[in-house]
Amino acid sequence: MSVLTDNFSLYGKGLWGTVQLTLLAGALALAVGVLIAGFRVSPVKALRVFGTVWVTVLRNTPLTLLFFAVLLGLPRFGVVLPFMVFAVLALGAYTSAFICEAVRAGINTVPLGQGEAARSLGMTFGQTLSLVVLPQAARSVIPPIGSTLIALAKNSAIAGSFSVTELLGTYKPLNELGYGIVWTFVWIAVGYLIVTLSIAGIFGLLERRFGVAR
Amino acid sequence: MPADPLIVLSGVNKHFGQLHVLKDIELTVGRGEVVVVIGPSGSGKSTLCRAINRLEPVQAGTITVDGQPLPAEGRALARLRADVGMVFQSFNLFAHRTVLDNVMLAPLKVRRRGKAEAERKARELLDRVGLLAHAGKLPAQLSGGQQQRVAIARALAMDPKAMLFDEPTSALDPEMINEVLEVMQQLAEEGMTMVVVTHEMGFARSAADRVVFMADGQIIEDRVPEDFFTDPRTDRARDFLSKILHH
Repeated sequence: MSVLTDNFSLYGKGLWGTVQLTLLAGALALAVGVLIAGFRVSPVKALRVFGTVWVTVLRNTPLTLLFFAVLLGLPRFGVVLPFMVFAVLALGAYTSAFICEAVRAGINTVPLGQGEAARSLGMTFGQTLSLVVLPQAARSVIPPIGSTLIALAKNSAIAGSFSVTELLGTYKPLNELGYGIVWTFVWIAVGYLIVTLSIAGIFGLLERRFGVAR
Repeated sequence: MPADPLIVLSGVNKHFGQLHVLKDIELTVGRGEVVVVIGPSGSGKSTLCRAINRLEPVQAGTITVDGQPLPAEGRALARLRADVGMVFQSFNLFAHRTVLDNVMLAPLKVRRRGKAEAERKARELLDRVGLLAHAGKLPAQLSGGQQQRVAIARALAMDPKAMLFDEPTSALDPEMINEVLEVMQQLAEEGMTMVVVTHEMGFARSAADRVVFMADGQIIEDRVPEDFFTDPRTDRARDFLSKILHH
């Protein structure tokens, strides 16, 4: 028990790091994921191909490998950023592939006639998607996106291995200070639960708000 | 040939894979004309209607609306579609928006009208189709006939040059068909150019200037309704009429 009270600020810093990674990478993943989903259903072939390649590459690369590629690869091309930013990029890009597929599944639940009606009124592809299709897709997309963001929160632990302050990484200094491994990890687990259950709670609320019968 | 052609289809052919759904279609709809397209299911009449605003692309032939050939997918096509109203069999009202929003959305976003003006016009149109009292409801809270009347108001809100109706009453309960037909009849009397795919022979008789009979992807007859119904020229049309008119 004393491991938590003695090292409250260490745990706090780690938890805050995980929250930051989750929020920033989550925002990036949502923005990019929705955009790429738009690409994948667009009438322009080049965009569809780009979207497919994006998803295929990122979804099929182990996240650790992706971290290596970003943290070691980008500096070789002269892109030198703080490790935290690299971690957000890697996590965000990786998660965007899953968000994209969830959004695309949602788009497919919207009856074809909705898009046809929008187009018959003179709406462009972008207007049809943003005004008619996506708002209706959102309802069915809320649960899988919640799951994806929970996975993101847990995946952010990998950033700890790359010198980014986050929750899991706090075990190392605590271990060196001689605290018992079990209680160290129990409190880390509680920290993750705080983050993931918060995400689950938020998405539960969203679902109740927007998931109403049509 | 009508004096002032608004919609002209010439040499139009369409295939769905092996299936040849439109065969050498020649059709001219004059300004202010009401053309009713009838025929057995699978005859290509819905495809013909949807081809006019390129919801179905065609492989050969030209389609012009008000002198303009249909552009390829893109902004130019969107502009043209804004001028051609379409009413679907399954209404296709935007399920997440209120009745009023359904009617206002395209004028706001496509025509870029002011909110006050769009709302005034939308309320006027809803009043005209008898649904102003339902303006704040969601489509799912309306009956089929009411939804279809909203769909007509939504199309009219764009001040279209022509209206396409793709079996507008086929998904309706019998007692709701008339309320929709009455709105259409009124539109026809006001001089709207209309292409109507329907099975409502009564409407064809009373509102149409011409009846186009299709079978197997071809236009078999294109005549004044009275002539067509009393004296069909082809066996195919006689056969079709005998099946639907006497039972």
